Amino acid sequence: MNGTRAVVLGAGIIGAACARELALAGAAVTVVDRGGPAAATTSHGEGNVLVSDKGPGPELALAQLSRELWPTVLTQVAERSAEGHRAAQAAEWDPKGGIVVATTSAGAHALARFADSQRSAGVRAEPLAPEALREAEPYVTREHTAAVHYGEDAQVQPAGAATALLTDALAAGAALRGGEEVCSGVVRGGRLTGVRTTHGLLEADLFVNAAGPWSGALAARLGAPVGVEPRRGDVLVTTPQPPTVFHKVYDADYVGSVGSGEEESQTSAVVESTRAGSLLIGSSRRRVGFDDRLRPEVLSAVAAKALRLFPSLARVPVMRAYGGFRPYVADHLPVIGADPRLPGLWHASGHEGAGIGLSVGTGRLLLHLVRGEPPPVDAAAFRVDRPAVLRPRQYQQQETT
Amino acid sequence: MTVPAARRVAVVGAGPAGLSAAHAALAAGARVTLIDAAEEPGGQYHRTVPETYGPQRPVRLQHGWRAFERRRRRVLAHPRCTWLPRTSVWALEQPQPEHEGPPRLHLLCAGPADGAGRTRHTLDVDALVLAVGAHDRVLPFPGWQLPGVCTAGAAQALAKGERVAVGERVVVAGSGPFLLPVAASLLDVGSRVLEVLEANTAATTARGWGRRPWELAAQAGKAVELAGHAAVLARHRVPYRTGRAVVEARGDGRVEEVVTARLRADWSVLDGTRRTLAVDTVCVSHGFSPQLELPLAAGCALDERPAPRCGPAGDGGADDARKSGRSGSLGAFVRVDEQQRTSVPWVFAAGEITGIAGAPSARAEGAVAGWSAATGGSTPRDPGRRRALRALRRSRDQGRAFAERLARAHPIGAAWPGWLRPQTVVCRCEETDYGSLCAAFATEAGSASRVAKLNTRAGLGPCQGRICGPTVAELRRRFLGDAPERPAEGLPRADPHRRPIAQPVRLGELAAPSAPLTDPGRRPEEESSS
Ligand SMILES: Cc1cc2nc3c(=O)[nH]c(=O)nc-3n(C[C@H](O)[C@H](O)[C@H](O)COP(=O)(O)OP(=O)(O)OC[C@H]3O[C@@H](n4cnc5c(N)ncnc54)[C@H](O)[C@@H]3O)c2cc1C
Ligand SMILES: Cc1cc2nc3c(=O)[nH]c(=O)nc-3n(C[C@H](O)[C@H](O)[C@H](O)COP(=O)(O)OP(=O)(O)OC[C@H]3O[C@@H](n4cnc5c(N)ncnc54)[C@H](O)[C@@H]3O)c2cc1C
Repeated sequence: MNGTRAVVLGAGIIGAACARELALAGAAVTVVDRGGPAAATTSHGEGNVLVSDKGPGPELALAQLSRELWPTVLTQVAERSAEGHRAAQAAEWDPKGGIVVATTSAGAHALARFADSQRSAGVRAEPLAPEALREAEPYVTREHTAAVHYGEDAQVQPAGAATALLTDALAAGAALRGGEEVCSGVVRGGRLTGVRTTHGLLEADLFVNAAGPWSGALAARLGAPVGVEPRRGDVLVTTPQPPTVFHKVYDADYVGSVGSGEEESQTSAVVESTRAGSLLIGSSRRRVGFDDRLRPEVLSAVAAKALRLFPSLARVPVMRAYGGFRPYVADHLPVIGADPRLPGLWHASGHEGAGIGLSVGTGRLLLHLVRGEPPPVDAAAFRVDRPAVLRPRQYQQQETT
Repeated sequence: MTVPAARRVAVVGAGPAGLSAAHAALAAGARVTLIDAAEEPGGQYHRTVPETYGPQRPVRLQHGWRAFERRRRRVLAHPRCTWLPRTSVWALEQPQPEHEGPPRLHLLCAGPADGAGRTRHTLDVDALVLAVGAHDRVLPFPGWQLPGVCTAGAAQALAKGERVAVGERVVVAGSGPFLLPVAASLLDVGSRVLEVLEANTAATTARGWGRRPWELAAQAGKAVELAGHAAVLARHRVPYRTGRAVVEARGDGRVEEVVTARLRADWSVLDGTRRTLAVDTVCVSHGFSPQLELPLAAGCALDERPAPRCGPAGDGGADDARKSGRSGSLGAFVRVDEQQRTSVPWVFAAGEITGIAGAPSARAEGAVAGWSAATGGSTPRDPGRRRALRALRRSRDQGRAFAERLARAHPIGAAWPGWLRPQTVVCRCEETDYGSLCAAFATEAGSASRVAKLNTRAGLGPCQGRICGPTVAELRRRFLGDAPERPAEGLPRADPHRRPIAQPVRLGELAAPSAPLTDPGRRPEEESSS
């Protein structure tokens, strides 16, 4: 790709991963962000790197690719530069594994079926007998009906992971322009040849829209709107605790709520401990636009779900709550590929609640697509030219009727 | 505002400002719910010895005790007042945009007995007065994380509230007139205070206090009070030194000695002036940090007050700020107008959260805020009332002038980071050192405030950056310049004071449903038993 000029629009973890792959492949990469790198969605979520929550299909394949890439990528980052070494450390990679717990008999059946289907797609999913569960998670509820252990699930500190990827991109020659907003596109001969920013004109051979939940708005500014919208999530953080939660533990209805798009609030519990000892408890899914107002009753629902999994945490103090906006597409699949309406424009967005985990795979996939090489996973499902992306309103209406 | 007078007023904080706000709002006819996390009203200033400690004389050094007692009794006994002690406001919930009115209060009320089983309640009112005060600000220095180093406020609270001495051989150091009462209350409980060290030079404080002395006359009470403390120190032969600071604490497992040094006006250390002194305790305070989490949660606009700069030849003017390279800041305070209104309709602020000016000024602000909250700020018809309100406003304005003077006389010198070494801990909760912070700010891909915080963990611990937050923000500003960070749409601006959960809440308490306090006139216990 020597000589190719690429501009990545957005310095979240997706932009960082794309910039890294393109820069390592020899492109002259510029990353623009209107704020600071990784300061938006990427540092307002959690860092689950999961295969467990995805059923067989294209997204699982991307998750498996990403899961395979993460440790090698972080090793490469650490080896390339001293800054990268520090950043890779701050990424806090921890392949601790996940445990999904069902607490109803219907949940147990659904979980067993789901795990079966995942196994056929190559996921390591091992049912845990009650004693085994107790040994793995001594404080988990006794009231469970089934549990499955996913050895491949892992965790990163998302801001650190994004810093690591972007630091590596910069070490490979990419340039970062922070505090610069992309305002409009310059189209010549039907092709996107430049973007106008608050600081001037940026010209390039290709542009990657990696603006997270703002991708829809940004794409519209460039003249090729896509259906990416915000979906709010809230997370609770407790004071540091002695070791009580050893894996990523979540309730089985998590799977149900990821796959739904209803506007009313949904909550499901994911409980995990961080390296510093705090427990992170997520999260809610709400379609409320970019409304950041705290909703104590939503936090209350998240807390109640967490206590259903870990009743003994009732006296643990919550010291912080935060939240962000997942980049949401109505069919719950990311958008990765060229925009058929506007040559020169590419999209890497819409990862909803899985963008941290999927970032490295997304970067790799995008590189293959840009080069026109056969992709490492089937990218057809992520193409721009699909109803949920190009005609989100009609798509949603169809879905609900 | 042409809205009918607000009748239900919630006052958060029962310190001098809040108590006086409740008093004024009651006098203006409102129904008032007065809320404080503490057992008794009084706040930081009138910190009382809990009644369970037996009938004890109020601390001797307590000024204005009788007036306070009178007001306290009147407010608590008032039929239109509900007093909610041991009640924390843990969150404020902003209403829907189309809904006019202050945010909904989310409360955690302790039961009649102590500790166990706090219950969650909500409270909706017509007007809200925030009077949540400040806590002391402490700058880091090598060794400040050692046991035996404590904030002057904590030492004073122990002395005043429990009559316990933090140590036997104590140095009190930092900046501001607050050092005097702290030293005095330590002496009162039997500590030996070896020295009181004011970091600002005599010239800086004299310049700050000396200009426009007529403004001080109105705060004569304050001056007399400080003179009283000074006399106590003199009687105990405690030296009060200006232009000197504790720049290091050392010890094996706890403080055994401190290194003090002479400072220039900008707080850089003068070579050859270091001295060591054996101590078992160091009490430090470098001023106060307003508790801005609730104002921020309510959506109130803040004012960043530029710090007066004092170079060797400076007079604290804007010119010095330019010379010193980066404009410093006294920190942010809640923006209020003449009526103590914040930028949010029906939310008022009073006391230390609008500026650090001491208890008399907090009281005056509280009274104006209480009146405005109860009446919407209308001018009273009764001439006596009108006169009284005018007098209050005057007293409030004098308080503000005093605050400014205080800030000028006791600025934080720009060169204090010179005391730090790479291994010096900056965030005590997470043990983040100065070197890692500098490295994070120097990492191009990770220098955004929020990202640097997550990557270094500074401010993520149990105190949630209450201690180190402003320090980290200032260090970052020095490193990267003043350009404000642009928040992403919908996401809050990075602010060291943003804590949407203002007080810790247990998972069990949070998970339990909350009950509205429908009539602010009844206590939660009565609600649940009816
Ligand atoms: C509560 C919550 C929990 C989550 N938990 C997980 C999890 O456990 N695991 C997981 O994998 N994922 C999780 N996610 C999802 C994950 O955080 C996102 O998918 C991911 O961060 C998206 O990254 P991004 O780079 O696409 O977006 P962002 O990080 O938002 O980056 C987009 C960037 O584009 C910039 N930008 C926007 N518009 C413009 C413009 N016009 N000009 C210039 N720049 C612009 C923005 O400033 C921003 O920096 C969670 C999300 C939330 C909210
Ligand atoms: C530690 C300390 C010691 C001081 N000692 C002296 C002294 O000796 N002499 C002197 O002249 N000045 C002293 N001051 C300054 C003096 O206390 C102030 O000028 C004055 O108290 C300010 O009054 P206030 O009403 O604004 O705040 P405060 O007196 O601080 O009152 C605020 C009240 O709000 C309550 N509160 C805060 N947040 C919440 C919440 N979320 N929910 C419920 N309640 C809440 C607190 O419990 C507190 O009672 C001291 C200040 C501090 C911080």
